[in-house]
Amino acid sequence: MARIAGVDLPREKRLDVALTYIYGIGRTKSMDTCISSRVSPSTRVRDLTDDEVVRIREWIGANYRVEGDLRREVNQHIKRKVEIGSYQGLRHRRGLPVHGQRTHTNARTRKGPKKTVAGKKKATGKK
Amino acid sequence: MPRSLKKGPFVDDHLMVKVVEMNKRNEKRVIKTWSRRSTVTPDMVGHTIAVHDGRKHVPVYVTESMVGHKLGEFAPTRAFRTHGGGAERTTRAK
Repeated sequence: MARIAGVDLPREKRLDVALTYIYGIGRTKSMDTCISSRVSPSTRVRDLTDDEVVRIREWIGANYRVEGDLRREVNQHIKRKVEIGSYQGLRHRRGLPVHGQRTHTNARTRKGPKKTVAGKKKATGKK
Repeated sequence: MPRSLKKGPFVDDHLMVKVVEMNKRNEKRVIKTWSRRSTVTPDMVGHTIAVHDGRKHVPVYVTESMVGHKLGEFAPTRAFRTHGGGAERTTRAK
């Protein structure tokens, strides 16, 4: 069982892909981890030796902030921005996109499912 | 991409002069400024700076956690006044 950084254990997949199941690790950090802990990225997780798992776990622990710690850090940043009343904080507060995206259309990830407004005529030119 | 560290934070000179002057005399007065592009520096902490939002000056009390942000971030330039009529839902502030 490969259990790295808490609760993650995807089997059957290549190591470089499997590592990205950890929150805070994408393909780049995944590759770096493989190289630095001297494990081939193409090995399957189920084929990892205990020793390799330990090396990976220790390397990630020493170099990256992942999972709970990272989530907490991100939330702190958001909270700070909300508290100081900056523009980004305002956008977070209202659940709108933060990085200047358009909100005329789209932005559904932040705004959630469509809420139809009663009495709004179908505007011409707006397909 | 962030600004090069070599250059240091950008603050308009005319604003910095006023802040330094106030610090020297140890007084607290509201500084009006149009310089939304200036970075908040540690010198400004504790002062109130009235940042122009395009129409009026919005007073911003600078705290420590604001350092590194731009003044303009604290004075929104758009005021959204809800869609659709309805006395219930008028002006949702903030």
